[in-house]
Amino acid sequence: MYSKKVLEHFTHPHNQGVIKNPSGVGMVGNPTCGDMMKIYIKVKKDVKKREVINDIKFETLGCASAIATSSMITDLAKNKTLEEASKITRNDVAEALEGLPPIKMHCSNLAADSLREAIKDYQKKKKQ
Amino acid sequence: MNKQVYLDHAATTPVDKKVLREMMPYFSDRYGNASSLHFFGQEASQAVEKARMQVAKYFNANLNEIIFTSGATESNNLAIKGVLRACYQKPPGGFLSHRVASKGASKPHIITTTFEHHCVLNTIKELEKENLIETTFINPKKDGVINVEDIKNAIKSNTILISVMYVNNEIGTVQPIAEIGKIIHETRNTKHETKSNGYPIFHTDATQAVAYFDCDVEKLGVDLLSMSAHKIYGPKGVGVLYIKKGLNIAKIQDGGAQEFGMRAGTINTSGIVGLGSAISMINDQRTTNNEKIKKLRDYLIAKILKEIPDSRLNGSKIKRSPNNVNVNFSRVEGESLLMMLSSEGVFASTGSACSSGSLSPSHVLLSLGLKPEETHGSLRLTLGKNTTKKEIDYVVKVIKRSVEKLRKVSGSVLKDYYKSMKHEA
Repeated sequence: MYSKKVLEHFTHPHNQGVIKNPSGVGMVGNPTCGDMMKIYIKVKKDVKKREVINDIKFETLGCASAIATSSMITDLAKNKTLEEASKITRNDVAEALEGLPPIKMHCSNLAADSLREAIKDYQKKKKQ
Repeated sequence: MNKQVYLDHAATTPVDKKVLREMMPYFSDRYGNASSLHFFGQEASQAVEKARMQVAKYFNANLNEIIFTSGATESNNLAIKGVLRACYQKPPGGFLSHRVASKGASKPHIITTTFEHHCVLNTIKELEKENLIETTFINPKKDGVINVEDIKNAIKSNTILISVMYVNNEIGTVQPIAEIGKIIHETRNTKHETKSNGYPIFHTDATQAVAYFDCDVEKLGVDLLSMSAHKIYGPKGVGVLYIKKGLNIAKIQDGGAQEFGMRAGTINTSGIVGLGSAISMINDQRTTNNEKIKKLRDYLIAKILKEIPDSRLNGSKIKRSPNNVNVNFSRVEGESLLMMLSSEGVFASTGSACSSGSLSPSHVLLSLGLKPEETHGSLRLTLGKNTTKKEIDYVVKVIKRSVEKLRKVSGSVLKDYYKSMKHEA
């Protein structure tokens, strides 16, 4: 039922872990539904002075597809500008994983939401 | 290919080689329709009747009390809908005589438990939705065992059927069927409006019990009992409904007069032969197999609880089927654990929401009073007659490694969540 790509990212997730002193953190999900994701980002300015996701890590409690979508979104967002990263959709995540079972589509939504929350958190902190 | 260990025997079992050998002739050689009068038909019919004898012997029943079906789901549908239908067709005593719900008369009342298999639960819920019955759903106690008093107190004057599973399929807990049977028999003739006509009827879904527990219908005091062949090393697609002689029950499927008019449809000769063969093998092997499996089960439970931190057993340790282990690991999600185990050749099952297709947590685990978040990391391991100690050792090693890995992936996310909740509050 899972694509090869999902299983790959599930068994060997990319960018799993924590960033110390992150620029922003986003957490979505709740223990009742069973899937919870936390995304850490480190933002730096590139040569063109654009804000770029320089490093990104995740922690996820959830099913195989929740872990795979977390891993995939970190791949998709890394080295992207904040503007580009915030445009990543659930479908982008699902497509990059060569599809998800319909019932698991909400997992890709969680991953995209989690990243957006992390970017929002960074922007909020910047204003303070 | 990796080493493979199958610990999902409550889902299904392999067909025993001896069972398969006995089935084989009834596919291409002795292929007659058991209802045909010619020699080929009679040959098939004899094989079916031999199987009926084997089954009847196992349940201490009469031959004409054994109805072959396509499996436990059909048996349970027939038991519940058949009893209700008969009740409307041939109303017992003065009660319910074609009175319908809209006129405010009392509808037939059915009692069951909240942790039945879906084929019982959903059948009853559908009938309720159609406004044909009233229902009472009894919750088990925290240990996954039904309190007999709770059943007794739920019985009303219009209760026509009580359906309680013998062994729960997820947590393996054993229900006091004989005790419930006794109470039902005491209740008849006293509490019941219909008086001395055999109501309430008692049904048990014995699908997970047949290989391990006494299924003598006299001792259990049941009127209806369902089972499935593929849980006892027989083939898939064949099962039994035991119907006590003289019971007020109607057929629910129209067609030919097969199975004493109770189950229309061409007789599944090879499947029935397989079922008979499988059930007669239990008789010979039950005691020794039970002890061996139970010993391994206790070894598995003890090893997991000792070696893996933050793990606990779901359901009673004592009133439990010899083949069932259901453990919960906190900070792990069951489906991902299952996938991880599968990638290492260990095949198990989970009551996790994420594996259910409906994204709602196991109704069985919720019925024990667990919160949804306490159900997610549950793993069901069900042993079989060929499970070895070496396999158990391997499985625990793989589970331990997988739980550690998944806990690392989840990191502090759960702790952080609760911290943020506290902060907000």
